Amino acid sequence: MATTHGAAHAGQTRRDFLFLAAGAGVGIGAALTVWPFIDSLNPSADVLALASTEVDIGKVPLGQQLTVLWRGKPVFVKHRNPEEIEKARADDSASMPDPQKDAERVKKPEWLVMLGVCTHLGCVPLGNQGPYGGWFCPCHGSAYDTSGRIRQGPAPRNLEIPPYAFLNDTRIKIG
Amino acid sequence: MAFQSDNKVIKWIEYRLPIFTLLDHAVGTYPAPKNLSYWWNFGSLAGLMLVVQIVTGIVLVMHYTPHTSLAFTSVEHIMRDVNYGWLIRYIHMNGASFFFIAVYFHIFRGLYYGSYKAPRELLWFLGIIIYLLMMATAFMGYVLPWGQMSFWGATVITNLFSAIPVVGESIVTLLWGGFSVGNPTLNRLFSLHYLLPFIIVGLVILHIWALHQHGSNNPLGIDKKDSRDTIPFHPYYTIKDLFGIAVFLLVFSIFLFYSPNFFGEPDNYIEANPLVTPAHIVPEWYLLPFYAILRSVPSKLGGVILMFAAILILFVLPWLDTSRVRSAKFRPVYKQFFWIFLANCLLLGVVGAKPPEGIWVLIGRLATVYYFAHFLVICPLVGWFERPRPLPTSINEAVLPKAAAAAGE
Repeated sequence: MATTHGAAHAGQTRRDFLFLAAGAGVGIGAALTVWPFIDSLNPSADVLALASTEVDIGKVPLGQQLTVLWRGKPVFVKHRNPEEIEKARADDSASMPDPQKDAERVKKPEWLVMLGVCTHLGCVPLGNQGPYGGWFCPCHGSAYDTSGRIRQGPAPRNLEIPPYAFLNDTRIKIG
Repeated sequence: MAFQSDNKVIKWIEYRLPIFTLLDHAVGTYPAPKNLSYWWNFGSLAGLMLVVQIVTGIVLVMHYTPHTSLAFTSVEHIMRDVNYGWLIRYIHMNGASFFFIAVYFHIFRGLYYGSYKAPRELLWFLGIIIYLLMMATAFMGYVLPWGQMSFWGATVITNLFSAIPVVGESIVTLLWGGFSVGNPTLNRLFSLHYLLPFIIVGLVILHIWALHQHGSNNPLGIDKKDSRDTIPFHPYYTIKDLFGIAVFLLVFSIFLFYSPNFFGEPDNYIEANPLVTPAHIVPEWYLLPFYAILRSVPSKLGGVILMFAAILILFVLPWLDTSRVRSAKFRPVYKQFFWIFLANCLLLGVVGAKPPEGIWVLIGRLATVYYFAHFLVICPLVGWFERPRPLPTSINEAVLPKAAAAAGE
């Protein structure tokens, strides 16, 4: 009697094990099969190869802005004049949605480098416009100051600062 | 009988849309003959390959550019830059071949076991139409990489229509959208290459619908009579199909990972050049027998007609085969001719791959004559004169003779 019971129990365990092992094998196999298809949608090698851009900023006059394309997005390289810098610094402790000091947003005060993409829904803000003398987004009325900080409107964050470095006084590398 | 379940969500849906009943009838309790052999696995394998081709194809289109100036480089971009692009393209490329392998097994299984005979003629017709669309789709897909074989294959195939008297040239100009194979041709072939697989899906649904009307044929070729002759599709044939899929994918993977260009032509890695035809131009292997028939006829129009007739003749096969016995298992004479016919088809394939010169021309002509003689002469005559072996009275009795004998006592 005990033997019969033991045999039946053993058989059941063995079947359960096979069932779970096969199920796990199919699950892992399916995941491994699906991954290449999902990963193929990620940026391809040629897109990643364009992930950095070098820009000559030597010819941008004081007060003017150069717009360059980096990763398919506009990057504003603004040559700020002393009044704009002063204005940005004066507002450092003003109330704003995403508080940040101007010094945290620049490497050299006269050069403001930031993504020209509104943090609301991705439009390109217009320069030298809006109530704060910085940028103004025509889509939904977000106003940025001379440091690219959000001051008014629906955008939640300041204009994003991309990774960049000064290669020399007149050349920067974005990305 | 409606599908039964205690699950409230299933019940709620089922009451409004009886989709679970539909699925249950299709792949659940559907009674299948209990003697189906592994030759019956190739239908589900062909279905699997259709899905594989559609999934990989949709992803490939996300990276491919249908323009003569960019198509070739965009395919190389897929191979080198896109993450796993090489894998997805090689699955699609070899998947086409394995789709045809599954379908050829499926067709010859039907020929051997008489699956085209009454009451399954429409099921057979739908299969032939699917096969024709598959060939058209495969050809169009082969044009898309815009290599040398793509370009010259497209030129040759579209020129087939120039054999039509009077309007032939106009039709070819219409197909091309110009005076030679060019960008308009590439764009329309791309569009149709994307469309046809979905039409094939629709036809496959009709094919399965027609199949389930009278159920699968079986190795004995006799009708099922009662529940003793059948077993439910699930779990018996779902598990058998899954096992077949595992083995099939294993073989597929060997080619995919170790010899991905086995079925391809190296010339297609040279970008299309309208000024130079490759020295030796051949279609993909699955079209070779028909290519051999085309070349065997010393007349342009005649060759084209015979090539199309070689497939269309399958439509009248249910009436050309005059035997009432389905399975070749009980047809000693037809069985011999079946294997000769199969060998002849393979021979035509070999002829299609060889240059049309010397002895191959003669062999090609003889094999072409035999191909048609099989359908037009051998099938009707064998049906009349052959004396079939006695058929078992039921599937159950043939499969389980002892059980049947015991039940009879």
